[in-house]
Amino acid sequence: MKPFLEMISISKTFPGVKALDHVDLHLNSGEVHVLAGENGAGKSTLMKIMTGVLRADPGGEIRIEGEPVVIKNPVHARSLGISIIYQELAVVNNLTVSENVFLAREPLRPTGLIDRAKMNADTRAVLSELGVDIDPEAMVGTLSVGQRQLIEIARAISYKSKLIIMDEPTASLSHHEASTLLRMSRKLASQGVGIVFISHKLEEIFEIADRVTVLRDGRTVDTRPVSEMTSDLLVRLMVDRELDQLFGHHTSHATAEVLMSVRNLTEKRVKDEGVFVRDVDFDLHRGEVLGFFGLVGAGRTEVMEMIFGSRPHTGEISINGKPARISSPSDAIEHGLGFVTEDRQSRGLVLGMSVRENFSLTHLSDYCSLDFVNRRKETAACADYIRALGIKTPSPEQKVLNLSGGNQQKVVLAKWAARRPRILIVDEPTRGIDIGAKAEVHSLLGSMAEEGMSIIVVSSDLPEILAISDRVIVLKEGRISGELTRENATQESVMLAATG
Amino acid sequence: MRVLHQLLQLRHMREFNVLIALILMGLLISLFTPYFLTVSNLMGVSRAFSLTAIMSIGMVMVIITGGIDLSVGSAMGLAGLITALCFDAGYSQYAAVAAGLGVGLAFGLTNGLLITAIGLPPFIATLGTLSIGRGLMYMITHGVPLTPQTPESFSVLGQGYVGPVPVPVVILLVLTVIFTIIMTRTRFGRHVYATGGNESAARLSGVKVQRVKLAVYVLSSTISALAGVIAFSRYLSAEPASGFGSELEVIAAAAIGGASLAGGIGSVLGAVIGAALIGEIANGVVLLNINTYAQQAITGGVILIAVSLDVLRNRMGGRG
Repeated sequence: MKPFLEMISISKTFPGVKALDHVDLHLNSGEVHVLAGENGAGKSTLMKIMTGVLRADPGGEIRIEGEPVVIKNPVHARSLGISIIYQELAVVNNLTVSENVFLAREPLRPTGLIDRAKMNADTRAVLSELGVDIDPEAMVGTLSVGQRQLIEIARAISYKSKLIIMDEPTASLSHHEASTLLRMSRKLASQGVGIVFISHKLEEIFEIADRVTVLRDGRTVDTRPVSEMTSDLLVRLMVDRELDQLFGHHTSHATAEVLMSVRNLTEKRVKDEGVFVRDVDFDLHRGEVLGFFGLVGAGRTEVMEMIFGSRPHTGEISINGKPARISSPSDAIEHGLGFVTEDRQSRGLVLGMSVRENFSLTHLSDYCSLDFVNRRKETAACADYIRALGIKTPSPEQKVLNLSGGNQQKVVLAKWAARRPRILIVDEPTRGIDIGAKAEVHSLLGSMAEEGMSIIVVSSDLPEILAISDRVIVLKEGRISGELTRENATQESVMLAATG
Repeated sequence: MRVLHQLLQLRHMREFNVLIALILMGLLISLFTPYFLTVSNLMGVSRAFSLTAIMSIGMVMVIITGGIDLSVGSAMGLAGLITALCFDAGYSQYAAVAAGLGVGLAFGLTNGLLITAIGLPPFIATLGTLSIGRGLMYMITHGVPLTPQTPESFSVLGQGYVGPVPVPVVILLVLTVIFTIIMTRTRFGRHVYATGGNESAARLSGVKVQRVKLAVYVLSSTISALAGVIAFSRYLSAEPASGFGSELEVIAAAAIGGASLAGGIGSVLGAVIGAALIGEIANGVVLLNINTYAQQAITGGVILIAVSLDVLRNRMGGRG
């Protein structure tokens, strides 16, 4: 196989940071090439250079089918046959499937009006080539996240792309949707399309890759066929540490004392859409790590939002045996709750603010006398947490916007840890962050439980739930469908409760 | 050396661009006329823009939360008018001023509650109260200015001096310092920035965003009402169309000063310097005998250039 795209000695310098340092990457037609590396290793920057979003420093060279090229911008990249499917979906929800697939290059009739029939027919053809059954005239907003991702792939195919880059495409997909996507990617590769696949999920990498390239600290560490790679080796290449050292053993700190009990928690519905969460009953013990599992759409996040007062509900919540009226997040926080939200960028952080300002937002009054903020105290506390959590940032004054995903997540955890809540809810705490950061997050949650904090972990990553929970509650279609002790919780038993 | 170093640090301030523009524009005008750089002219200019600048302090706080207050001109005009009515009815000057500021409070509460309790978009809510305010002014005055008897001591507010400095300018400076401290050093200020930066992250962190929004609208209207009372004290005549259209100039001042209408970004000092720049242009137009009708067009050009430069600078600084 001859390489379709060669990137030779590519460097990229940002003010104060060398994001890429003489990276080499050869991508063949018809192969699935996995790009692995921790957050901040330079994967995103490399993608941006491939798609013309960023320009590499002078000195390197990019060749397509042997010819040197300068990729000027994303449109130019697309005309060269390079498409990208971003982690954050780039589809327009209030347009139909075919309108999305043909957005900005709609087929026209001689009159100048859109040729809707042709658009739908062509979309149907691409979708059936992919082997998926989606109506070209359906509104994209009514489709599941997984289906929307397939629309993006359909769009990339209809551009006649020779190289499709997928940036953590399965991060927000259910198990079933993810396996559909993997199957599809393999199929595309067998038709000669090159696929660059970015993923943090080891199982997935071994399932799909032909070759793997590992980036670390902006350098290419290794490229080899997947047949010559093992999990242990891959992890060691990515983080320079052993897997066993990363994930410690589980110790339970749960006590018999019930800290919070939830009874008949039911959603107050304004509109009849989405999952209807009802009759949720459970107890949370002091020092316990309680896992909440369910398939996408089972209502996990909704339950947490109700407890935290950001979603209208009926039912009783009592904390320390006393009824707690929680009708807003600030009520919840006063009752000693904290909430690390699923979506750190849109709901967890004020991206334009500094690490320090985001850190202190939950507990600013700790640093205030009257209403004046003592900035020295605030900065000192923030610096302590930056050190304790190993947040990689030049200073507390850096805008969180400029941090990598894993470090952003640590800032969210820090802002809640410093508030010292009695109960901390964490929703998808390790989504989209690398394996090293993931291990650090797990050990942080463990040490919070050790200090007597109770933790509710919501995750769609089943191995994660099993690894860190003392007890697992399973939701299905808005109700609790199972409760399993640590001893009884296995991949099979939890999955059975979630699907059976 | 240290002083030099600190001066160099200034260029990192958001307000640096607009401050440089203010100075360059001043130098440019001085090239053509010797009358610009005189104490009496500069004091006159300062007094002329002080009301816009005072109002821009309230406006920039609203804009930082991601909102907008179109009703500032009406709050200003109506406050001056009510103050005049109180004098006309024989109330003391303290009661008259309090009534004027009370108008601002009522405006602010109305705007704030429409936005937080009912959930109207700020643009619509304040467009409505803007129009109601104007209507009330015509209904009260029947289109005729009100010129009541006022005590000598009241006119100090608009006409007096502290040394060479006009009283409205002194009030502006004091408010600038107070609100700069509030916005940069207090918890409230931090919450204002967080609300505009990412409302749902702020709410989920425990910031009472509705209360923050209510507060900035009340502050904006009350500050505008104060400007209205000062304006009345200056002319001792409450005009039926006083304050009409001033909202655009006030918003322009905040925008020139680096505030982003998307929220989360902006500063009190920037807005005040922005108002100064607009005032300086107005003065230059008069001194240079340029057609005064051109003034609005020039101000518009400056807004576009200033905000474009800011946007471009941020794009270069960002990491894509």
